[in-house]
Order: sequence, then C-alpha cells, then structure tokens
Amino acid sequence: MIALAALIRRDIRVALRVGGGALIGVLFFLTVVVLMPFAVGPDLALLKKLGPAILWLGALLASLLTLDRLFVADHEDGSLDVILTSRTPLELACAAKALAHWLATGLPLVVATPVLGLLLNLDGAATGAVALTLLAGTPALTFTGMIGAALAVTLRRGGLLLAVLVLPLSIPVLIFGVAASQAAIAGPLPFGTPFSILCALSLASLVIGPFAAAASLRHGLD
Amino acid sequence: MTLTDLANPSRFLALAGRILPWLIAATVLVLAIGLYQSATAPDDYQQGATVKIMFIHVPNAWLSMFVWGVMSVAALGTLVWRHPLADVAQKAAAPIGAAFTFLALVTGSLWGRPMWGTYWEWDARLTSVLILFLMYLGLMALWRAVDDPSRAARAAAVLTLVGAINIPIIKFSVDWWNTLHQPASVFRMGGSTLDRAFLIPLLVMAVGFTLLFLTLHIAAMRNEILRRRVRTLQMLQAGKPRTSA
Repeated sequence: MIALAALIRRDIRVALRVGGGALIGVLFFLTVVVLMPFAVGPDLALLKKLGPAILWLGALLASLLTLDRLFVADHEDGSLDVILTSRTPLELACAAKALAHWLATGLPLVVATPVLGLLLNLDGAATGAVALTLLAGTPALTFTGMIGAALAVTLRRGGLLLAVLVLPLSIPVLIFGVAASQAAIAGPLPFGTPFSILCALSLASLVIGPFAAAASLRHGLD
Repeated sequence: MTLTDLANPSRFLALAGRILPWLIAATVLVLAIGLYQSATAPDDYQQGATVKIMFIHVPNAWLSMFVWGVMSVAALGTLVWRHPLADVAQKAAAPIGAAFTFLALVTGSLWGRPMWGTYWEWDARLTSVLILFLMYLGLMALWRAVDDPSRAARAAAVLTLVGAINIPIIKFSVDWWNTLHQPASVFRMGGSTLDRAFLIPLLVMAVGFTLLFLTLHIAAMRNEILRRRVRTLQMLQAGKPRTSA
C-alpha cells in the first residue's frame, strides 16, 4: 500500500515537473479546439452543434499523446525493472501509474472544459454535460491507453503504432461520451442511458487495463 | 494424436503435408456445390438477382469474426499453456482474417449500392466491422514491428485477447441499434427467418468458406515454420567467420 502511494506521488510529481509541466496536455487540448474553427468555419451555430464532439476529440488526442511515455520513460532509466522485481503485484503498480497519469493529465482536461466550451459557443448546461461525461470517460481513455503504452515498451519505434492499436479500443468510449453529451443538450434519449454505459466502460477498463498492461510488460520485456 | 504431439514442428509439417491435399479437395468440392446452389437459387421478390451477393458476403462476414476467435484461442495457447505452435497459428491467421474482413466490407458495399443507394453508411454494424478490419491491420503491424518472433507473439497475444471483446459487440450491435443494416435473421431466438431455398446454399457456402480458411491456415502455418527456419539458418550463416577467398 505504501509502495503504491509512493509510486502515485512520484508519478504525479514527475508529470507536473518534466516535459513542459502539468499544463502541456491542457495546452494541446486548447490547440486542437482552436484549430477546429479554422477547419470548420467560424459559424457559431455549427460550432455549437459540433461542440461536444470537438471537445471529446481534443481530450482523446491529448490523452493519447501523453500516454506513450508512460512506461517507456521508466524503461529508459531503469525504474521499470525496479517496479517489475518489487513485491507489489505488477497489476496494482500499473493501475497506480495509470491513476497518477489520470490525476495529472486527465483531470486538468476536465477542469479546462468550461473555458473551452465558451470558445465553442456552448451554453452552461451543455458545457456541464460535456465536463461530466469527460470526468466519467477520461479514466477509460487512460486505462485502455495504458495497454498500448505497455505494448509500446516492447517496440523500438512506438509512436504511431501505439495510436493505431489504442484507437479502436477508445472508440466505444468516444461514441458514448458524445452520445451522452448530445442527449443532455438536445436528444430524445435520456442522459442516463449512454452515461451509465460510459461509466460501465470506465469501470471495466479499470480492471482489464492493468491486467493486460501487466501481461504485456511481463511477457514482452525479456 | 494429441495437441501436445503436434507441438513438434517437424511432426506438424509432416501432418500438414498429408492433410493438405484432402483439405484442398474438400474445399473445392463444397465450394463448387455451394456456388452451383447459389447460382440456381430463386430470385428474391424485392431484390431480384442481387440477393445472391448474400451467399458470398455473409460467409465472409461470419468468417472474419470466426478467425478472430481462432486467434484468441491461439493467444490463450501462447500465454497460458505455452504451446510452441500457438504463436505460429496466431500469426498465420491474421492476414487471412484481414482478407475475409476486407472482402466482407467490399461485397457489402457493392450490395449496398443497388439496395440502399449508398456505398457506405456509418451504421453500427458496418462501423464495427471496419474497426475490426483496423484491428486486424494493427495486429499485423505489431507482428512485423518486433524482430524476434517469440517476443512479438506474446505482445500480439495480449492485443488479440483484448480485441476479442469487440466481437460480441459486432454480433449484437444490430439488435441494440435499430439501423439501416438488416437485423439478424439466421442466428436468432425462435429459429431462422430465412427461407429454405436461401438458407441451404448459404450454409453450404459457409461450410465451404470455413474449409477454405482451414486449408489456407494450415498452409500458412507451414510457411511460417519454414520462414522461421530460414531466419535461423540466415542468422547462423551470418555468425560464421568468413573463410579467406
């Protein structure tokens, strides 16, 4: 337990200090959201319609691009070997690392959502709905992305292949996240239906992600 | 001959050499019967003769999911039972499954144009089969990204098992979302709603395609074992000191 807490604290500290600091994920999120009106056109009504989708895509890409260093950085300086040979179960260590990553990267994205919602002409209720679905969905993105990050340790050129492997697993989360947001804003569907499926996806990934990541690390690293 | 006997690659090669001619003959025979029955099946009252694309499209779609199931069993064989040929089975099946998925998408698209008026539609089943195709391609890329085949095997095995979750989603997606693609009519509660004249050729074609997969799979496994032997020989050759000319 103490070892896990120490691991979480270390990971959060490293994420906050290294590589541009905590806000680099938020900065990327902001960049993606700002790019959209250049591509789509400044029509405010259209941006309002696309708002939840743009926010979700930005969050997905920001999570994905910060994830590939999750295990590779530790592998390069040798701390991954220490984690592998320690007494804590590898599954719990992976879960702890993913939790730290979510706290340092995913949670700031959720906090940044109201500001970005203003840029996309979303009203208060819509922004609140998107923020809530992001809060429920970003753990799923982090924990399923961790599987790809663990696989990336065995590859020499991780990068794009990691994204290709992880994206099909993130698609259900994206679908239900946007569906829940749209349901809260306009749709005939009640908000609860897609939202509970989104929560279920997050809970399932909390279990499946660490086991799959631990298996990849164990088998791929000899 | 048990599965553990087959763990010896040489014995597997010998067995494959003996079985393959019979499998090829059986595949050709069943596919020929199926194609004849498909050609002589009556026209649909609504779709006319175009309904016969179904006899190719549906078996491809069934097999694309079946192959991922075979790969999942092979992945369990690699990770849990450490069967030596399990990773060969897995690697050999991936391109075949990708081909079946691609054919399912293309034949479905060609069928959709006259029937629905569009080559493509982002409904639940088409989308999830497209994602399955992407996963096959990602898996094939993963196999080629790592030099050592046995390390690649274990990474690919984990990815295969995680991807196996997508298969039930495809099967039931048409029930969960009421969309353009026709709902399940063969494997459903209460029996098939397909008329006997269409069901029989369809099932015969399905059996024929399964035999085709078995034939291709065993031939591909044989190729993969030989490929690994060539690689080992090349590495041994590269390690030998050069004699002066």
